[in-house]
Amino acid sequence: MTTAIETIGPPRTSVGVLGWLRKNLFSTWYNTLLTIVTLWVIWVVGSGLLSWSLTSARWDVITANARLFLIGPYPPDQVWRVWLVVVIVSVLFGLSGGVWGGTIRTFTMSLAGGYVTLAVLSLFVFPLGEGFVWLIANLVIVLAAYFVGRGRKAWQGWMIPLWLAAFVLTIVLLQGFAKNEWLPEVSTTKWGGLLLTFMLSVVSIVVSFPLGVLLALGRRSKLPVVRIFSILYIELVRGVPLITILYMTQIMLPLFLPGEIRIDNVVRAMVGMTLFTAAYLAENVRGGLQAIPLGQIEAAQAVGLNNALVTLFIVLPQALRMVIPAIVGLFIALFKDTTLVMIVGLLDLLGVGRSVLAQPEFMGLQIEVYIFVAAVFFIFSYAMSFASYRLEAALGVGKR
Amino acid sequence: MQRHTAVPFWRDVRVLTVFSQVAFVLVLAVAAGFLYANLSFAMRQRGLVAGFDYLNLEAGFEIGEVLVSYSPADTYGRAFFVGLLNTLLVSGVGIVLATILGVVTGVARLSTNWLVNRIAAIYIEIMRNTPLLVQLVFIYFGVFMKLPPVRDSLEFSSLLFANQRGVFMPRPIPSPSFAAWFVCAAFGIGVAILLWRLLSRHPKTQATYVPILSATGALLLIAGSGWTLIGDSPIGIDLPVKGRFNFTGGIGLSSEFSALLVGLVIYTAAFIAEVVRGGIQAVKRGQIEAARAVGLGEMQILRLIIFPQALRIIVPPLTSQYLNLAKNSSLAIGIGFPDLFSVNTTIANQTGQPVPVIMLVMATYLAMSLFTSLIMNIYNRYVQILEK
Repeated sequence: MTTAIETIGPPRTSVGVLGWLRKNLFSTWYNTLLTIVTLWVIWVVGSGLLSWSLTSARWDVITANARLFLIGPYPPDQVWRVWLVVVIVSVLFGLSGGVWGGTIRTFTMSLAGGYVTLAVLSLFVFPLGEGFVWLIANLVIVLAAYFVGRGRKAWQGWMIPLWLAAFVLTIVLLQGFAKNEWLPEVSTTKWGGLLLTFMLSVVSIVVSFPLGVLLALGRRSKLPVVRIFSILYIELVRGVPLITILYMTQIMLPLFLPGEIRIDNVVRAMVGMTLFTAAYLAENVRGGLQAIPLGQIEAAQAVGLNNALVTLFIVLPQALRMVIPAIVGLFIALFKDTTLVMIVGLLDLLGVGRSVLAQPEFMGLQIEVYIFVAAVFFIFSYAMSFASYRLEAALGVGKR
Repeated sequence: MQRHTAVPFWRDVRVLTVFSQVAFVLVLAVAAGFLYANLSFAMRQRGLVAGFDYLNLEAGFEIGEVLVSYSPADTYGRAFFVGLLNTLLVSGVGIVLATILGVVTGVARLSTNWLVNRIAAIYIEIMRNTPLLVQLVFIYFGVFMKLPPVRDSLEFSSLLFANQRGVFMPRPIPSPSFAAWFVCAAFGIGVAILLWRLLSRHPKTQATYVPILSATGALLLIAGSGWTLIGDSPIGIDLPVKGRFNFTGGIGLSSEFSALLVGLVIYTAAFIAEVVRGGIQAVKRGQIEAARAVGLGEMQILRLIIFPQALRIIVPPLTSQYLNLAKNSSLAIGIGFPDLFSVNTTIANQTGQPVPVIMLVMATYLAMSLFTSLIMNIYNRYVQILEK
């Protein structure tokens, strides 16, 4: 004979919503006090901020200058070139998302979501003209590219060369050629806004990558002269603020070059940021190099590879793979640091913000403008740091 | 018979080593020579000079904020010094405040209180994912410049004032009887230290008991009775007084200085918070469980087990945050605070000699960085020795 055993559930106060509240917010008297004080602060700040942003804030300063914030003084009749660059990015992101899957797919989908959001916003909030059509086209392209690439693992090897080709194509497309009817030259001084912010950071990271890897290898070289040079370069650059390097390249780069070569402000800033980033990148890569077990190198030597081949085929691939998250972190820092070019007078996102505030009809709207600029930076930086976090988990860095 | 095959010289490692280094030096020398030739030609063409003679010339410009006496009649060297002091001041104060806020935030990030934990996380993410320069211009133009003018200063119980010009607070000044009281207070401190040592070295209470109460009690008793016995107050208070255009007296912090300090502190504190959190989390779980098993209380675990071990992990990354703060103080130019870099851009513009000016500035920052790393490395070694 079996008797039904009466099971007694846990006390109602330790499970469910009540239990959660009790455990996480009201576990002790000081936690309760802390919770109440925090709630009060959130209420005061939150309600104040919300009522300000909905009633007294003048967001028309953003919507009226949307084009300036996005591309700065880039000629309006050449905007299609910028849109074409966006198309290239869409194609590559779609393909990469399909080919690689995982975190990159999440990104491809976020990009598609971003296009939808912007398209809806451009209908109701700020007019982007034909931008609406471009956004919808990009949405279609990114999804199409995704489905084309999906599951084609064999294409993985092609993606990095493709991205590099896209990088070159982007610069050619944006810059154009002198005396060309189809692609008239738009000098880099005309680049501005978010476009300039992106181009500065992307150019700097791409160009500084080989420099940084060479410096990292140099710092670990057995040749004292090369090692000392690398150490000196890295430590000198890391010991001074970025703004001094930017200032130096603005003023002294023209002096260092022969008189017939003239480069404009934007290129000078790019050179400065590249020289700066290379030193930090070298340190990141060095971390990866040091983490390679000696056995890998010895095994490679045992099968008869010479030093150059060991470095190229055994050490570097493993080391670079290990430091991808760190390089993403460096890119985020670089992306934020591009704001410093405002100080040397360029019109990046922050510089555009300042020039917008100089217009008489938008005087005194600093809070709105700077909150917008900060929000744009936050969205991109946060997305990238999220990606870096996911990549770190996927690559299993630090967990072995 | 030994077959001796000589390695051809182009494959001899010793030859190659020397040869590649010579080649590297040659390439560097040619590049440097090319750049130097261009530079000296361009400098001659534009009438630039390479020396530091400009430091002895009359500066002729005003500096908004000075810690030492300075007038436009002083030399550029003096102006440089004024800027250097401003940078050192804002970095020094910033490092102290950022450490305090960072540790508090880092601990809050680990709080079991979900709400506090989330708020700390949101604060850290916002600070880390927006550029410092944007934060600085927001704090300066969006907050400090939006404060009322001097006339309608914000007032907090007639002690603290805030307006567009800055923040003004009372300043303690020693009165004639200060010296007598100071001797008394010093005696109190001595007694407190002695008590602390004796009680915390006591074999029975060692390492588990902190004589905070006895030591501070003794200090307060002695210093307090000295204060009442002397009669008139040994410390006077210099209150800020509202003048026609600005406040006089008290401690006045200009809005540029305040904005820079606030910006640097809240930005760096977010990074320090992550460093502190990482350090605390890196202490092995077993350590804490073992401490519980031998019967230590939660505060004792924090103070005796977690903190000393976490400190070892924290110090190196903390050093780089301090260095970052000092270097980031150069963004002062974005909001018009006359720090080292800002003053020197003025000097470069006025003298028309940007080359030596920027070299001197970079060398100074480099020296500051190296000095800070040196100090922190010494401290690091001191902390690490405890391991054994």
